[in-house]
Amino acid sequence: MSGEHAAEGMSRRGLLRHGAWFGGAVVLAVAGGEVVSKVVGDADDGGGGIPDDASPRFVQVSDSHLGFKGPANTDVTGSFSRAIAQINALDERPDFVIHTGDLTHLATPAQFDQVKQMMGTLKTGHVWTVPGEHDSVDDAGQKYRTAFGAGSRGDGWYSFDVRGVHFIALVNTLHLKKLGHLGADQVDFVRKDVAGLSSDTPVVVFSHIPLFAMYPNWGWGTDDAAQVLSLLRRFSSVTCLNGHVHQLFTKTEGNVTFHSATTTAYPLPHPGDGPAPAPVTLPAGRLRDALGVREVGYVKGRRALAVKDRRLA
Amino acid sequence: MSEIAVRTRWPGAVAMAGGLMLLLAACGGGTSHAAGKSPSGAASSKTAPMPGMTMPSGSSAPATQAAPVAGNAVSIKGFAFVPATLTVHAGATVTWTNDDEEPHTVTSGKGPLRSPAMDAKATYRHRFARPGTYDYICTIHPFMHGTVVVKP
Repeated sequence: MSGEHAAEGMSRRGLLRHGAWFGGAVVLAVAGGEVVSKVVGDADDGGGGIPDDASPRFVQVSDSHLGFKGPANTDVTGSFSRAIAQINALDERPDFVIHTGDLTHLATPAQFDQVKQMMGTLKTGHVWTVPGEHDSVDDAGQKYRTAFGAGSRGDGWYSFDVRGVHFIALVNTLHLKKLGHLGADQVDFVRKDVAGLSSDTPVVVFSHIPLFAMYPNWGWGTDDAAQVLSLLRRFSSVTCLNGHVHQLFTKTEGNVTFHSATTTAYPLPHPGDGPAPAPVTLPAGRLRDALGVREVGYVKGRRALAVKDRRLA
Repeated sequence: MSEIAVRTRWPGAVAMAGGLMLLLAACGGGTSHAAGKSPSGAASSKTAPMPGMTMPSGSSAPATQAAPVAGNAVSIKGFAFVPATLTVHAGATVTWTNDDEEPHTVTSGKGPLRSPAMDAKATYRHRFARPGTYDYICTIHPFMHGTVVVKP
């Protein structure tokens, strides 16, 4: 199965240029089991790549916004195609790919069809998704669930296990007025979901909107995330991966490490930079520097997951 | 990948959708028109029954220096509803136009407004039959707030 990982080393140079546009973005490097935060763009990446023995390993892609038309990216379909090709060209096939939301721009059936067909070409064991607010814009996610809730992975929030790592996918874009919000039912789901897990089980949480307060004034936070995070406090390794903010950002709070992913569509301003989170049009030729995909891997015995953000090829 | 086990639960989503329908069903007053049925989902209405005479708003909201708005029109511009408060008389049809590149919605939690996602230049119309104060937001950007005050 996916155990036959190629022995050759990973290319680690691609990461270095990722900081070109992000400036102060930080990336995690794993060193001796400790979490070390460093600015991307340093002379070396400090071992931030995915170790060869990582298992499971997966790819996070986010905010493809199929259907967007604007100067910030005149070809979001082409960008997402390149992201898929980049994933399919990885040396080692990921166990799964998670799309952390805003698959579509306007939640139309045609856009859902398109993104579903495109993701069907991913060479991976499974494709998981969570909805973004653009996917649940006018119907509390009904069209999203029609496209992605049926079949093998069900609807709404869910959890699954891959080789000893527990994954939880949460939905925090459905509340009409609160962005983001999980709600009591979902908190209850997590409570029961993790009740039987031993505290040394690595836990990974997916959501579209960050579970930390990145910039609540723009809806870049989840008002009741603390209720879920408190349920995860006893676990030694908790990693939360989100999209929504269209830029790399990493922070650690206690036992939890948060990683905001970038987008395959168009960048957004840094938190609070300007009056609104409107798409940013970069100078010609710079767009790809802001787009990318993320590789993630778990190495037995290490508390932090290895995370490697790759610029869009 | 056979070791992947799935557990699923989504009562909240159902409850929310149901609540939304209840809200919509409960609002007898106005008639919403948005061409959400079109394949593209773009909100542009041609079917809104314009009243024979559209009453000019009795007391306009404080003018902003942004895009001039007149009558029963609201511009969505710069992630804001302009004017933020619009005052009309019962029977008036209000038209929202998205002048941003980003999509927005016109959605009221307690009232009758429920646009689909409005792409750039899309419009949404609603006829306010009953007096009252109608607060609304954009569900994509809930920090955007607007109000329509409908006088008898």
